[in-house]
Amino acid sequence: MGTATRKKSGSVMIVGAGIAGMQAALDLANSNYNVYLVEKSPTIGGLMARLDKTFPTNDCTM
Amino acid sequence: MNEINKGLDDRRATYIEYAQAVPLAYAIDLDVCLGCGLCENVCLAKAVKYDDKERESEIRVGSVILSPGTKGYDPSGLVTYGYGLYPNVVTSEGFERILSAGGPYYGHVMRPLDRQEPKSIAWLQCVGSRDTNRCGNGYCSSVCCMYAVKEAMIAKEHIHGELDAVIFNMDMRTFGKDYEKYFLRARDKEGVRFVKSRVHTVSEIPASGDLSIQYVDESGDMKEEIFSMVVLSVGLTIPDSAVALARRLNIELNPYDFADTRPFEPVTTSRPGIYTCGVFQGPKDIPGAVTEASAAACLAGGDLAEARGSEIQAIEIPREKDVSQEDPRIGVFVCNCGINIGGIVDVPAVQTYAAKLPQVVFTDSNLFTCSQDTQEKIREKINEHDLNRVVVASCSPKTHAPMFMETLEACGLNKYLFEMANIRNQNSWIHSKSPDLATQKAKDLVRMAVARAAVLRPLKEKVIPVNHRALIIGGGIAGLNAALALGRQQFEVCLVEKETVLGGLSLKLHHTIEGEDIRVYIEKLIAEVRADDKIEIVTDAEIAGFGGYKGNFETELRVGPGQEKRIIKHGVIIVATGAIEYDPKEYFYGQDDRVITQIDLSNRLEEKGASDLDSVAMIQCIGSRNEEYPECSRICCQNAVKNAIHIKKLNPDTQVYVLYRDIRTYGFLEDYYREAREKGVIFLRFNQDSPPDVECLPDGVTISVIDHVLQRPIAIRADLLTLSAGIRAADTNELSGIMKLNRNPEGYFMEAHVKLRPVDMPGEGIFLCGTAHGPKLISETISQAQAAASRATTFLAKPEIKLSAITAKVDTDNCVKCLTCVRSCPFEVPAFNQNTKLIEIDEALCHGCGVCTGVCPREAIQLSFYEDDQIMCKIDALMAGGM
Repeated sequence: MGTATRKKSGSVMIVGAGIAGMQAALDLANSNYNVYLVEKSPTIGGLMARLDKTFPTNDCTM
Repeated sequence: MNEINKGLDDRRATYIEYAQAVPLAYAIDLDVCLGCGLCENVCLAKAVKYDDKERESEIRVGSVILSPGTKGYDPSGLVTYGYGLYPNVVTSEGFERILSAGGPYYGHVMRPLDRQEPKSIAWLQCVGSRDTNRCGNGYCSSVCCMYAVKEAMIAKEHIHGELDAVIFNMDMRTFGKDYEKYFLRARDKEGVRFVKSRVHTVSEIPASGDLSIQYVDESGDMKEEIFSMVVLSVGLTIPDSAVALARRLNIELNPYDFADTRPFEPVTTSRPGIYTCGVFQGPKDIPGAVTEASAAACLAGGDLAEARGSEIQAIEIPREKDVSQEDPRIGVFVCNCGINIGGIVDVPAVQTYAAKLPQVVFTDSNLFTCSQDTQEKIREKINEHDLNRVVVASCSPKTHAPMFMETLEACGLNKYLFEMANIRNQNSWIHSKSPDLATQKAKDLVRMAVARAAVLRPLKEKVIPVNHRALIIGGGIAGLNAALALGRQQFEVCLVEKETVLGGLSLKLHHTIEGEDIRVYIEKLIAEVRADDKIEIVTDAEIAGFGGYKGNFETELRVGPGQEKRIIKHGVIIVATGAIEYDPKEYFYGQDDRVITQIDLSNRLEEKGASDLDSVAMIQCIGSRNEEYPECSRICCQNAVKNAIHIKKLNPDTQVYVLYRDIRTYGFLEDYYREAREKGVIFLRFNQDSPPDVECLPDGVTISVIDHVLQRPIAIRADLLTLSAGIRAADTNELSGIMKLNRNPEGYFMEAHVKLRPVDMPGEGIFLCGTAHGPKLISETISQAQAAASRATTFLAKPEIKLSAITAKVDTDNCVKCLTCVRSCPFEVPAFNQNTKLIEIDEALCHGCGVCTGVCPREAIQLSFYEDDQIMCKIDALMAGGM
């Protein structure tokens, strides 16, 4: 089978699991797409997880 | 060195990044590991793979989203600030860790040198941003003004004495929704000082470790102040690894290494099928990143809509066993949570105790009850011992109950036959110094949980079908983009516009600041929407009635001059009602035709050019940032810069003056601000207290303003005075009344959560985008519209919705219709049915909060899963322990 007739994939790869990557992954998974969320560090969360509180509500980041 | 805490403390070679890390698992830092292998030997779970190697795997995907994130600018190269040299100079990232309870000083604000509480802290803005001379980062990082204000306020809160907090800035850029109010609170209520100056040099006073800052104030005088600490507000940069990734994937970057995108395709990279979001797309705050993430998800998924669901594994749930006639057979699983519980509480003793409790037929303990293999084990034990109730004594039900309930479902047990005892958060963590008492309390908590488990009843979750059609209210750029994106996800859309034409406010605009033609774009957009047979367009239509609930709404329209009634059934709503330009009451607008708005000026430049103009003046913040309307309108600064550059391009001899308070050209817009200055546009700052005076004289409009450098009034004669009129929410009084949609005091619709749910509205199945949410650029409107479509897709992709079984029920025999519940419900769910003469609670609408249950004077309302006996038995069990 040539690539032109190959069946379309229902999967998405997301590179980076900070707040943006995680949100994109959740949206896609909840819309019935298969998601590969790839992160180079040992944990997900990215920069946001290192903040203390966030403006303008002063909510705790965690 | 602990890089998470910005080197302010150390960590070991085996480490967890921070207490709430997900996954909460140790990693080995090979750069500092000695290779002793001790960790592998002592690990009880045998989880350490000491000689683990990098593995390559190949996966096939249809789309890619790049969200590699950002790295704070490293100010070590700017030697005049002394970062890395003077211990009390930290970056804003380091200061976040100092403020954090999980940080190096456990949330006590101390300076690194002597661990003393600082008496004064200076924040220096634009370190690594808006700086083409020293670091080449010409852009504005968009977030530093706000985080500096936040850090200053929180530092003041944490410090025991007085703290002098000063933010040195060129412009305060608090342009987001509700951000200006936050800035005003810091300045006027919390006493944070704001000084207009870019500080060049910080020097240390060696004896004290204090830092001296010399700066030129607004009147041009040299000043010196001493601070205990200096925080460098570092900008957002793109890490080298992301640049390398972009090169490998062959996508184009802009001159600052951010992904190159176009204003009308804000999350689309140069390579088809690859999308981007977050800071890699451009500097932005969290709500912006979350919004864009949904937008990228929408487009990445939209490309694959025909294959949706083809590569996911459906979870098969076995048929539910009927246990209603059986006596309770309770299994208790006690968790060690590593050493979190087991290190304090005598877990074997708790397990032995649990085994003796009535109706308990099985007990077990695990190192981590939440682990995947333990779920397998729990399933085996449920089947082996015919358990029909399960108690897990571990952590918080808030985070873990849904997972354990799934384990029950997987064995055919009703998931509501489950109870948790929180012996970690409410016990071992807080009583770590009294292990004996903690063990006793764990027993009490388990006894209570077992008592409740015995009286739990199976509950049935109502399943309702989802109507797979969306209603979009508003046919401007936001509504059109949302419709198109949902069409691409193969859902039907009904797009309702109150005017007779589509396009909204964009019909009055010509070009974006980047030079893109808005009219060409909107024509193409409307044509695409018209060509999509899944989208029905209803113009000249008003919303007249609304009912139903998530997944099944019903909206009544009045269409056309005849006001014909039409009912639309739909599963979701996207609100995209837009905004309008403020109609100025200031400076003779409407009285003298030489006083115009920025939209008027763009029209004029398109029609007549600028060859006849000697001089044009602009005044910023008209109808924004004042007492009547405290918010910033976000887009007016770039409008002024755009039109100023346009004039200079048409006629370089025209003098252009922009009178401003803070220029807020955030992100890459800063490049245009610089271009305008290079083209000779003169920017003059004025204070809110001494606004410009305007006189309309026969030979021109004269504007007088106090120049802050000269400290004296100057007069400008202009052929045209352009007012940068702000943005106002469209009139949605009627709509918000009919649909019960919340708005803020400025009239913009409110999102469910400012940071994390920026396009969801509080009511489920209702989404928000465009300027109906707050002022924003066209590019931001487009990404928010695509984001709303993505959020709507998560809803529409489901064939049906399961409603929580935790809802309130009225005992109609005992109810005296006093209406207390009707008045108390925060969601207005209980209602008096005129036909049946009964109080009814619609389980599809009930949120299960329990307010009505508590207030009912006849105790005639019960909340399923929390019925009176299910709560009282816990109290009885507690008392039975002889407290």
